Amino acid sequence: MPSRRETIKKMLQGAGFLGLGGLTWGAYIDEAKSAELILRPPGAIPEKDFVKACVKCGECVIACPYGTLKLAEPGDKKPVGTPFFEPRKIACEMCPDIPCVPVCPSGALNADLVSSLNEKTQEEKLNINKAKMGVAVVDTSSCIAYWGIQCDICYRACPLMDEAIELKYERNERTGKHAFLKPVINNEVCTGCGLCEHACVTELPAIKILPLAVILGKAGSHYIKGWDKNDEKRLEENNTKEDESMEKALKYLNSDWKDL
Amino acid sequence: MSSLIKNNKFLILRRIVQISILVLFVGANYFGWTIIRGDLSTAKVLNTFYISDPYFVIQTFASGIIVAGDVLVGALIILLFYGLIGGRAFCSWVCPMNIVTDTANRLRKILKMYKEDVKVPVNRKLRYWILGLSILLSGIFGTAAFETVSPVSMLHRGIIFGMGFGWAAVLLVFFFDLFVLQNGWCGYVCPLGAFYSLTNKISIFKVKHTVENCTECNKCLIVCPEKQVLKIIGKKSGQITKGECTNCGRCIDVCEDNALKFSFNKYKK
Repeated sequence: MPSRRETIKKMLQGAGFLGLGGLTWGAYIDEAKSAELILRPPGAIPEKDFVKACVKCGECVIACPYGTLKLAEPGDKKPVGTPFFEPRKIACEMCPDIPCVPVCPSGALNADLVSSLNEKTQEEKLNINKAKMGVAVVDTSSCIAYWGIQCDICYRACPLMDEAIELKYERNERTGKHAFLKPVINNEVCTGCGLCEHACVTELPAIKILPLAVILGKAGSHYIKGWDKNDEKRLEENNTKEDESMEKALKYLNSDWKDL
Repeated sequence: MSSLIKNNKFLILRRIVQISILVLFVGANYFGWTIIRGDLSTAKVLNTFYISDPYFVIQTFASGIIVAGDVLVGALIILLFYGLIGGRAFCSWVCPMNIVTDTANRLRKILKMYKEDVKVPVNRKLRYWILGLSILLSGIFGTAAFETVSPVSMLHRGIIFGMGFGWAAVLLVFFFDLFVLQNGWCGYVCPLGAFYSLTNKISIFKVKHTVENCTECNKCLIVCPEKQVLKIIGKKSGQITKGECTNCGRCIDVCEDNALKFSFNKYKK
């Protein structure tokens, strides 16, 4: 029977080892999963939940007919074993039957996120155009179309031509007789497939896919597009007739700042 | 030649099973075979149902999500398979890391490194602490903690889908077992093995010892990667009931006295 002193010493020793080990291990996990710039397959649930739910089986990778998807390997600086793609190498070809999504056994890829209601049959049908893998962003300083050189390859490579990427015509004051044909992304339509990034002719792509969470802002519910009937409806849903208590207002006005 | 096979029967069988499973997985990825597709974390069998690593699924629970039913059922299948039938057989019959650590162990023997063990102040309970820690860390950091660092996953997924720098982790395990601690990875560290050690109390296959035949040559104790499970050798007849026994059958292979055999669990207390 070891003495009490000995036992306590052993316990503290163990706690020290485990604490230090846990700290190191935890720090590594935290670092490994903070790969913000990772692009996931279509239908992926939000990244925070994705790294919890993905069981790293590779079903989506095997199902992908274009070899677009890869499982992150140690050294890729992404959560090991989770699927991702790099559009500059191989972009998502936007298969109408989305073979990578229904095969997911864990729910990390959710078919509901890439389905829409077919109005004729009233059935939910897979619709790759609903995918939100990321959003294309143009670097206007290296895009040669913004220089005034004629190039519309991203516009033509886009599977949602004229919807996800539009060309904005502008007069080129420098020459006085030419037009700029500037690619402009419609963030609400862009699926993030990356065919534009893949097609871009510049040495490093002037158009790139970034994850939604990195690029998208949020206007907040207090802004309403008054010219948009659907958005205007949000006003009706808002109950503006609610009785604002005068007492509450008076109390606020008369209150000492300490009470606030 | 025939005695060579006879004296290594289970070793040869195990290597065949381990390698065939890997070949089937690799074939599924590259040639579209459908016998077993995926990897050792989750796999689809015959294109009909899934099997899953229950320890991985428990980590996903701890991280705060309930994965879809296919995977849950798959984890249950594996848990029941090893828990009721195979014992800790995953470690010695399926896990590819077993080949790496067995090789390190064999090399130790060839290089006669037995007595040069560095004194490492650890005991075999360490793995259970790591197991607990992995569940805790999964909860804190919101992702399966062991799966983020597991050299076992890096190895099997690496063979099937692409290795990256995973070979470095595998090499680390190899050197750890070779130079630092005999059977260090499987016997002291790996929480996956620890998990299977805890869940197989009632599994059917157990090694049985017949003390009347035993000549106390100690060959079984030399080859066993989990020597503490062989306490009854030379003392009394009975079954090896400790969960840490991997049912590798190496002791049966080396026993020349017919004192060790596979048997069905007698469920004695």
